[in-house]
Amino acid sequence: MSQIDQPAAGANCPNCAEPLESDDRFCGACGLDLAARPGGPGDRPTVALSTPPEGTAVPVPAGRAPAEGSVDWPEAPEVDSSDRPVPVHHGSELPGTDSTGIALPRTEEEALRHDARAGDAGNPENAADAAHTGNPENAADAAHTGGTDYPLAAPAAADPRLAVPAAPESGGGRACVACRLGRVDSDGYCENCGHAQPRERDHMEQELGAVAAVSDRGLRHHRNEDAFAVSRTALPDGSEAVVAVVCDGVSSATRPDEASLAASRAANETLLAALPRGTHPQQAMHEAILAASGAVNSLAAQGGVQVDQNAPACTLVSAVIAGELLTVGWVGDSRAYWVPLDRTAPSARLTEDDSWAAQMVANGLMTEAEAYADERAHAITGWLGADAYEVEPHIASFKPDRPGTVVVCTDGLWNYAEAAEEMARVLPADAAERPLHSAQVLVGHALDGGGHDNVTVAVLPFPPSATGEVSA
Amino acid sequence: MANFSKPIGPRFSVEVYQNEYLPEGGREVNAIVTVTATGGGTVGGAVSAPGLYGAAAPDAAVAIMVDCSGSMDYPSTKMRGAREATAAAIDTLRDGVRFAVIAGTHVAKEVYPGGGALAVADSRTREEAKDALRSLSAGGGTAIGTWLRLAKGLLTGAEAAIRHGILLTDGRNEHESPEDLKAALDDCAGSFTCDARGVGTDWEVKEVTGIASALLGSADIVADPSGLREDFTRMMEQAMGKEIADVALRLWTPLGSEIRFVKQVAPTVEELTDRRAEAGPRAGDYPTGSWGDESRDYHLCIEVPDAAIGREMLAARVSLVITEADGGVQTLSQGLVRAVWTDDMAASTSLNPQVAHYTGQAELADVIQRGLEARKAGDLDGATAKLGRAVQLASASGNADTAKLLAKVVDVVDEATGTVRLKAKVADSDEMTLETRSTKTVRVKKS
Repeated sequence: MSQIDQPAAGANCPNCAEPLESDDRFCGACGLDLAARPGGPGDRPTVALSTPPEGTAVPVPAGRAPAEGSVDWPEAPEVDSSDRPVPVHHGSELPGTDSTGIALPRTEEEALRHDARAGDAGNPENAADAAHTGNPENAADAAHTGGTDYPLAAPAAADPRLAVPAAPESGGGRACVACRLGRVDSDGYCENCGHAQPRERDHMEQELGAVAAVSDRGLRHHRNEDAFAVSRTALPDGSEAVVAVVCDGVSSATRPDEASLAASRAANETLLAALPRGTHPQQAMHEAILAASGAVNSLAAQGGVQVDQNAPACTLVSAVIAGELLTVGWVGDSRAYWVPLDRTAPSARLTEDDSWAAQMVANGLMTEAEAYADERAHAITGWLGADAYEVEPHIASFKPDRPGTVVVCTDGLWNYAEAAEEMARVLPADAAERPLHSAQVLVGHALDGGGHDNVTVAVLPFPPSATGEVSA
Repeated sequence: MANFSKPIGPRFSVEVYQNEYLPEGGREVNAIVTVTATGGGTVGGAVSAPGLYGAAAPDAAVAIMVDCSGSMDYPSTKMRGAREATAAAIDTLRDGVRFAVIAGTHVAKEVYPGGGALAVADSRTREEAKDALRSLSAGGGTAIGTWLRLAKGLLTGAEAAIRHGILLTDGRNEHESPEDLKAALDDCAGSFTCDARGVGTDWEVKEVTGIASALLGSADIVADPSGLREDFTRMMEQAMGKEIADVALRLWTPLGSEIRFVKQVAPTVEELTDRRAEAGPRAGDYPTGSWGDESRDYHLCIEVPDAAIGREMLAARVSLVITEADGGVQTLSQGLVRAVWTDDMAASTSLNPQVAHYTGQAELADVIQRGLEARKAGDLDGATAKLGRAVQLASASGNADTAKLLAKVVDVVDEATGTVRLKAKVADSDEMTLETRSTKTVRVKKS
């Protein structure tokens, strides 16, 4: 297994500093894919055990390629971070074809040809060059698939050190996260066990200083149908505006994931265009929701929706902080909450769901508890999509009289913190200083509760300048 | 630009119809895979006007096997019908196609051109072949295995891309053992494809359908010898429309999975499960024969290892492949069969319409065969129940052709409930037609 990528026991997640177990493949708090993560600038070098076994070389961060001609591969340690012997998989132990029926390469030469055929390397000579100049991916690939014993005469120019045993399984194509034996084919499935691999949208995070958002597939859904967009821009007077848009694709419709993505992007772009021109945030929000609605409607036209299927649809909730004004707009059952910095002051929900339960409560037919216990509670009565009767954007503006935090989220979160007081209890006290961490904590709360739906949350401190630099 | 080094084959497309959602603990994945080959460049016009076919000679070889056993003279219209039908088929041969005519009795004899060779179709050879047919006379027994082996020798010697046989018989395969025929079929499978026809009503349905099935061709009955000419012409046109041979359906399935069955379900039901040839780890090839511009449906049923709610797995990768002369494998097209575990009961319990339809069509073929067997065995209650179910299925799925054939064997009281009475008198030809055509299916009506 990869000693470079896998953190030792006692290491922390390079992303959110959560302590990790030695066999973690994903961070328990933020969901970061630990195995696939290259040694980027934010990566911390793996901390070795207190007494590294003799011969353990200093791990080379994967992203840093040694100079040409001085390929200096770290020798693989004999034991892993838990002092268990490292299982060594030789390329030759995994014979066979990949799932497209192409024979897996057995020799280095073949490996390079294989790459060329797969269209990665273009021409075998270049691939060979890449391997020898230490391009980590190609070199690792060659090492991985090349077989460790070299029963055949090595090609003249080959550096035997390329065939280091226990080269990362993830070398040639990513290793499967489910069985850890097969490689992932071009369709994103393991060529051994068939399991789908995590997709980019399964877990997304973004932080822009004064606003941060996290979206997660959850534990029960097979894909993430939520989407978000966060951004910052400057108002005509030079002050800052912060924007967050969160959308939840309607699962019973076709392509809900595309709907939420299109809606969040369209709304965000409209706000970014309108706010710097001096458009009033309420007007800008109205235009943004209509633009999002248009974007979702046009999906139905593109996709050739069948008669018996519903057109792509999603909810939307957006918050804009422009100067002292907090503007919230929504359609559907995604929500915005206000949590003041001083938790003794009351928290508040800023949105009214377009949902069956909300209507029951609003019409005095049921108490809130009764309504939300009903299985119809989540049936929404308003959404963006071609089969919505008429899109009625709800817009509300507030002038908070004290610092606090706006939480914008899908029902994947608020199902586990429905009342404003509950949301306030879950939101960390330092939300204004660490919005991304707070969003991670909120997503973690939903996952701990069962993660039955996709979870998406954006955290916007108010006033935004509390977190420092203003981009203007 | 036209590529003259290789014939331009048809383009294949693969579409997968399935409900990919499984409940917690669910393991069985069903999918209908529609394979369509289009744009091979063969057009009907080329067949009806052979001279207009392109400069490149079609790379095809055909052997016509005509039953000349003694029974073909009773009535004498049978032999005459067979001669005329063969002549018509010869007229349909495209210029450049290599061909041979074989007279079949208890031995096989080359009628034209003879000497272990094939003739190249042109106006002269077509006339010569038809002249040779006049010398055909009935006499002798029936040993179909010998005919097939001779056809195999002639066709494989030609090294043509498309190798096809047309076999006509009127009687039981009495002069060799069933094991001999089986051995001949095993020997010939993969060497050429073959359509089989039974003329009259004295032949054995299982023999003729068995030949067509083993050699990936069609089987049918021509009860009236006068219908042979039209049928042979159509069969030869279809053979001439084939553009690519030896196509296999390759199935990759994940570790720990088990293939319950693989069936062709349209245009006919053809069980393929046991015909798998391993093609590397977790992959196997199922033969599909040769293809022209046409579309076929396959039903896959795969049992995958259980996975947690929210997981997604590739349950099968379906590809159409041909093995080239140098041993390389060319993938013509492929599709993915998925499995997604969900706790949404509405999603996991819904039946895919295509899967449901073909499950019904396969059952229809099965109950017809069982019903007719029961009828022959004198189990009238069993026959009534089975054929009643067949009527119900044929009616519900809109399989009008099969419904018509069933109506000649049973009196339908209520098709919705499958209430029928066996007819007291059934013509042999009607019963044999129903049995021969029981595997014909209809496709899902497009909504």
